Amino acid sequence: MIQLIVANLWLIPAAPLAVSLLILALSSSRRGSAAALAIAGQVIALVFATAAFLPTLQTPGYRALQNFVWFTFGDQPLRIGWVLDPLAAAMLMMITLVGLCIFVFSVGYMADDRNFTRFFSYLSFFSAAMLGLVIANSLLLLFVCWELVGLASYLLIGFWIERPSAAAAAKKAFITTRIGDIGFFLGILWLFGRTGTLVFYDDGRGCLENASLVALGATATFIALLIFCGAAGKSGQFPLHVWLPDAMEGPTPVSALIHAATMVAAGVFLVARVYPLFTLGGINGVTPSLTVVVWIGVITALMASLIALAQFDIKRILAYSTISQLGLMMVSLGVGGVAAGIMHLIAHGFFKALLFLGAGSVIHGCHHEQDIRKMGGLRWLMPITFLTYVVGMTNLTGFPFFFSGAWTKEEILHATGHWPVSHLPHYLMLAGVVLTALYMSRQIIYVFFGNGRGASEHAHESPSMMTMPLIVLAACSILFSIVATPAWSWLHAYLNGEPARFDLSLLVQPMLFVSAALVFGGIGFGIFIYRNVAETDPLAQKQPALFEFLQKKMWLDEFYRWTVVALGQLAAHISDLLDRYFWDGLVRAFAGLGQLFGIFTANFDERGINAGVDQTTAGARGLGRVMSAWHSGQVQTYLGVIAVGMLALLILYAWLT
Amino acid sequence: MAHLITALILLPVAGAFFMNIAPRNYVRPLALGFNVLSAVVALVLWRNFDTAGAGLQLVEHHAWRMDRGFCALMLVMQSALYGTFTAQNFVLWFLFYEMSLIPAFLLIKIWGGENRDRAATKFFLYTFLGSVALLLAFLGIYFVKGTFDFAALATLAKTGLLPGRLAWLAFAGIFLGLAVKVPLYPFHTWLPDAYETAPTGVSMVLTGVLSKMGVYGFVRLLLPLFPNEIRTLGPWLLGLAVCSIVFSAFAAWAQSDLKRMVAYLSVNHLGYCMLGLFAVTATSVRPMPEFQAALSGVFLQIFNHGITAAALFYFVGLLEQRRGLRGIDDFGGLMQRTPLLCGWMSVAMFSSLGLPGLNGFIGEFLIFKGSFAVAASFTAVAALGLLVTAIVFMRVMQALFSGPLAEGCRTFPDLRPNEKWTVIPVALLMFAVGIAPQFILNIFNATVVQMARLFA
Repeated sequence: MIQLIVANLWLIPAAPLAVSLLILALSSSRRGSAAALAIAGQVIALVFATAAFLPTLQTPGYRALQNFVWFTFGDQPLRIGWVLDPLAAAMLMMITLVGLCIFVFSVGYMADDRNFTRFFSYLSFFSAAMLGLVIANSLLLLFVCWELVGLASYLLIGFWIERPSAAAAAKKAFITTRIGDIGFFLGILWLFGRTGTLVFYDDGRGCLENASLVALGATATFIALLIFCGAAGKSGQFPLHVWLPDAMEGPTPVSALIHAATMVAAGVFLVARVYPLFTLGGINGVTPSLTVVVWIGVITALMASLIALAQFDIKRILAYSTISQLGLMMVSLGVGGVAAGIMHLIAHGFFKALLFLGAGSVIHGCHHEQDIRKMGGLRWLMPITFLTYVVGMTNLTGFPFFFSGAWTKEEILHATGHWPVSHLPHYLMLAGVVLTALYMSRQIIYVFFGNGRGASEHAHESPSMMTMPLIVLAACSILFSIVATPAWSWLHAYLNGEPARFDLSLLVQPMLFVSAALVFGGIGFGIFIYRNVAETDPLAQKQPALFEFLQKKMWLDEFYRWTVVALGQLAAHISDLLDRYFWDGLVRAFAGLGQLFGIFTANFDERGINAGVDQTTAGARGLGRVMSAWHSGQVQTYLGVIAVGMLALLILYAWLT
Repeated sequence: MAHLITALILLPVAGAFFMNIAPRNYVRPLALGFNVLSAVVALVLWRNFDTAGAGLQLVEHHAWRMDRGFCALMLVMQSALYGTFTAQNFVLWFLFYEMSLIPAFLLIKIWGGENRDRAATKFFLYTFLGSVALLLAFLGIYFVKGTFDFAALATLAKTGLLPGRLAWLAFAGIFLGLAVKVPLYPFHTWLPDAYETAPTGVSMVLTGVLSKMGVYGFVRLLLPLFPNEIRTLGPWLLGLAVCSIVFSAFAAWAQSDLKRMVAYLSVNHLGYCMLGLFAVTATSVRPMPEFQAALSGVFLQIFNHGITAAALFYFVGLLEQRRGLRGIDDFGGLMQRTPLLCGWMSVAMFSSLGLPGLNGFIGEFLIFKGSFAVAASFTAVAALGLLVTAIVFMRVMQALFSGPLAEGCRTFPDLRPNEKWTVIPVALLMFAVGIAPQFILNIFNATVVQMARLFA
């Protein structure tokens, strides 16, 4: 089994893909079979992923490749392939595990939906594309899967297509990510042109291996930055993050799977995958491209956690939290903490999926109400949701000791502290820790504490189909901390291809106390501020202008509407007018010139040539008339004339002689 | 007693037909038999004729069978196209090239929609002007070199076909003719009018096949005959290709008529072909793999555009047939009513915007790969076209498929069986080319290698 999977990695994405097509062919009334098929597909993928995971545990730095020719153009073969290494294997495990929980949850959440079967078909398709993405051993193949997850995201954001807002959000997501993808595409072309291959690892000939990297030289910076454009689009980094909050128009399981746990992390994964391009030519691990990654990450993380403070939609708060966490991961990659970033990605996958599913359970319980001002007091009504949500929150905020998110975040903070360029990102990320604690306390107080405010009065706990995944995810996010602590940083070592060491003394580090103090402080401060929340927000009362600025998402959507979008539309109209009036005008002018020439020649004909001909013929006719008068046909006249002529000749003759 | 007059008229003709195949001995009796038969019909007619009536009697009304002429013209156009793509001699090529124009003109003029007279005339005159330039240029070449044979000319061209200024004149003539035909920006303004007005089937043939005559002409005539001139003009030609790509994509964004929008996207996609071609010829650096990529991409794109753009026109035609209108705002919420139509139409649109997994991506990837290596800045600007195309299709999908079901679309039927049988094979072909393009690439791989060597 293990041999089979390692030798045929494509089987992992093939299972959900086949399931997706199968469900699409089912009639929409066969809901039970659709759900069963989708879950079965996901279970198969999980089993296959586990089989692929096992060999990577045995040897540090394990790497298995399967490269093959996709097609040949001219006489040039285009090679792509699959790769299995710790990075891919860890991602596979996270995606299949979280995916399975979310699939199960969806059966309950989407139970009343008209297009239930189509939902599972799309979801399985997404899963296939995402799994393909992480095991791709070629930037081209990765890009193919990358676009396909984008398609799945588009389809699922716009799943409730009869809602105009959902359709608009889907469009926005597709176009915004495509902007980044154009850069990514150019980066691929450049890399391909320079190295002649897009395969990552190919026994020394791959584009991430030494020979190619040497050939790249200084262009690597530009290529890396172009690729980062794609990553920024997908992972919601500033300035391309605007689509992600709107993507919450999709059903909540979609938000959990695609827009929190897996797809949006693909950008982080991409940077980690092509990391040699980013570090090429670096001194002390610092390169211009990585510095850009750090600062974009810092801006994104802070901006998003500030905006999260002023949102009232339970899912949008989480969306901004996702953006800010993705920013944090980018910072980690930028400062050199690849393993830390990926660890946080995986931990985040579990706890953010947990939070989103918890939010879904709340929304389900509150009859599709998403405004946190209308909730409150849910802790007694939805106890399982509440407890698991708290687990998610403690992970997210970085509450120490038992929660994986805390350890991975701490490792990132540790990495930022050692960045040789500047300590500013480190301090800003510490501020981010406080902000995270603040907005999460605010959300949890609004939703679960206090008294019911409208929508939550008739709330009920969700069915076990939905609470079971919550419990599993909560357990995962706690158990996961075992491999992420500094004392036995197995995951770190695994990702870096080193053997793991166990050393309890590493558990206690100064950074631990700092971040713990910040988290406690943040939560305490949050409780203090938001202890008596009601319909209005305390921050809105104290700082209305600031609050509005944050609530309106720093006016970025409006800014884009009046700049980028307006410019695009202007260009469209100019192109149209240019065509209609200028180029076509020229054509018409040319045609007009032809017509004018026609009129001129016609007149010349009429007045000039024709008239001349007429004159000549008139003259000829006049002459003819005279002549014809002579040709009277009367013999007497002719004889007379002859007689006169003869007479004249005789006289002439006589005179001459 | 209907159709008596028809019978009377057709019986002798049928008899005449039998004269050809009947055995010799039976000819006379058969002729007599047919005569008798017509006489009987005439008698019956007479019996039925009401002698008391004063007006016309036994009148038969038949609608003038439009589709007859339509199909005939389509077939004529087809044969002209086959001729164009196989001719190896200029005279023959030009004859077919022009022969395709006349049916196209008539098809638009007789069966077109609004403004058909104007559009048809513009289409005809504009392309004809180009043809005249083309003809003059070739006559000039003929007077100097004494041959119309493509292969012979290509061989001669290696040492320079014509001296000095004459070469540029001939180049300009051929270029103009082909640029109008493709069309290349800014010689494209006949296209949106013609495609918008033409009946669906004609639009499909025009975009699927007719526009390829221009691209083919570039490959077959201009590149082999005037390599030096093209190289000199390189950046300008690339600029025109990039303008084709970017401006027509933006112009498509501004359209509200779906057919006109697809027409503009057609110009955009042909722009990719021209980008690949000019990149190959217009560069001084000549790495072989890049040339092969660009040329493979161009040929694949020709094929892809043929099926994808034709499919898009077909879908717009289906929508127009159902709604009677084809403005982007005349529809809404179709996904609720016609999921199959929307689904398959989306496949065509995603193929056109170059989504991986579908045919468009492979062609565009190869073209961009080839041209980026030799003309990076032009290609980078052209990539803007990829973005704008996506915007255009996203806009269409949002307007057509999403939101509440529009008033005029309540009674829309979903794809009918015959429509399904048209759509599904084409869509499956898109998937096939997108996933395993080798079977198409194999057709021209050898040619690509040879051509790339020619330019390198």
